[in-house]
Amino acid sequence: MLSAILVVGLLAATFGIILGFSAIRFKVEGDPLVEQIDKLLPQTQCGQCGYPGCKPYAEAIANESAEINQCPPGGEQTIHDLAELLNLEIIPLNPENGAPTEKTTVVIDEANCIGCTLCIQACPIDAIAGAAKQMHTVIQSECTGCDLCIPPCPVDCIIITPVKHDFKTWQWDKPAMLAENKTDIA
Amino acid sequence: MTEFALILVSTVLVNNFVLVKFLGLCPFMGVSKKLETATGMALATTFVLTLSSIASYLVNTYLLAPFELEYLRTITFILVIAAVVQVTEMVVHKTSPLLYQVLGIYLPLITTNCAVLGVALLNVQTEYNFLQSAVYGFGASIGFSLVLILFSAIRERLTVSDVPVPFQGPAIALITAGLMSMAFMGFSGLVKG
Repeated sequence: MLSAILVVGLLAATFGIILGFSAIRFKVEGDPLVEQIDKLLPQTQCGQCGYPGCKPYAEAIANESAEINQCPPGGEQTIHDLAELLNLEIIPLNPENGAPTEKTTVVIDEANCIGCTLCIQACPIDAIAGAAKQMHTVIQSECTGCDLCIPPCPVDCIIITPVKHDFKTWQWDKPAMLAENKTDIA
Repeated sequence: MTEFALILVSTVLVNNFVLVKFLGLCPFMGVSKKLETATGMALATTFVLTLSSIASYLVNTYLLAPFELEYLRTITFILVIAAVVQVTEMVVHKTSPLLYQVLGIYLPLITTNCAVLGVALLNVQTEYNFLQSAVYGFGASIGFSLVLILFSAIRERLTVSDVPVPFQGPAIALITAGLMSMAFMGFSGLVKG
């Protein structure tokens, strides 16, 4: 009787020590899955998905409270990558979040800018340079084309322009992967 | 050497744990919808099965047998398996967060996978020695993995095929499992005795 208690107690204690040790050794900080999803998102921070930015959207995808088809700037490519990462079906982009468009940036018509700084406050990625009562300008290489600066502008001096490709920025179109086509291939 | 080869062939094909002994059917039906998930589950179970087979042999020979505590075998084996599964879960969570999320509840449920306890108890019943238990556990897990991966590949094909309405879903999966089980019975002529 005594030996039974001792043996099982010893065994339990040993496993307890091993588990306790590995709990510290293999501690996971944060959610690595959120980081992986966040990397696939286009980082426009545009909020078209209904979340304040790409990271919150990534968190929502990770805990399965959001679909993967709410990112218009990423378009089909992002949906495809997310589906691959998360082992989900490829679904078409949710039209409620907007349609995928050609990549655009905004340009400030500098002659009409009154220097109100409203667009600077609206820009999620700090791509607009300027100060109060000074002319503002958009840093083209930083602009993600989220168009969030357009509604606050009181004089409507911000214009959407398609990105012009030169030899350095041109690339092949991304392959179209519609959900309908996918089933034909499979 | 032939003896180990025989144990391996016997556990993988002839006495396959899932399709012939009908142990471990829960993950077999539950995690076989996608090939990648099934592969992950197969790897996790392989690891747990082999390790727990070895660990339970050691516990049985060096702790239970000398103190004549064989009547505590089942409960101690469950303790061993639970500990091994816990460690596996932590390692998977650290190394592959996606696999951790995909396997979800099925990872801790390896504890209740009856194939794992079955292997540990059968080791004792057939009086295998240390190496034989290790090979037996490994063979059982390879058999489990083989069947799970084959089954999930078939199920992936089934989702795009034209199945009659009353058979859709789990029904056709169970029929498939039954057919596979019958196919595996054909291996029983492979080893004599």
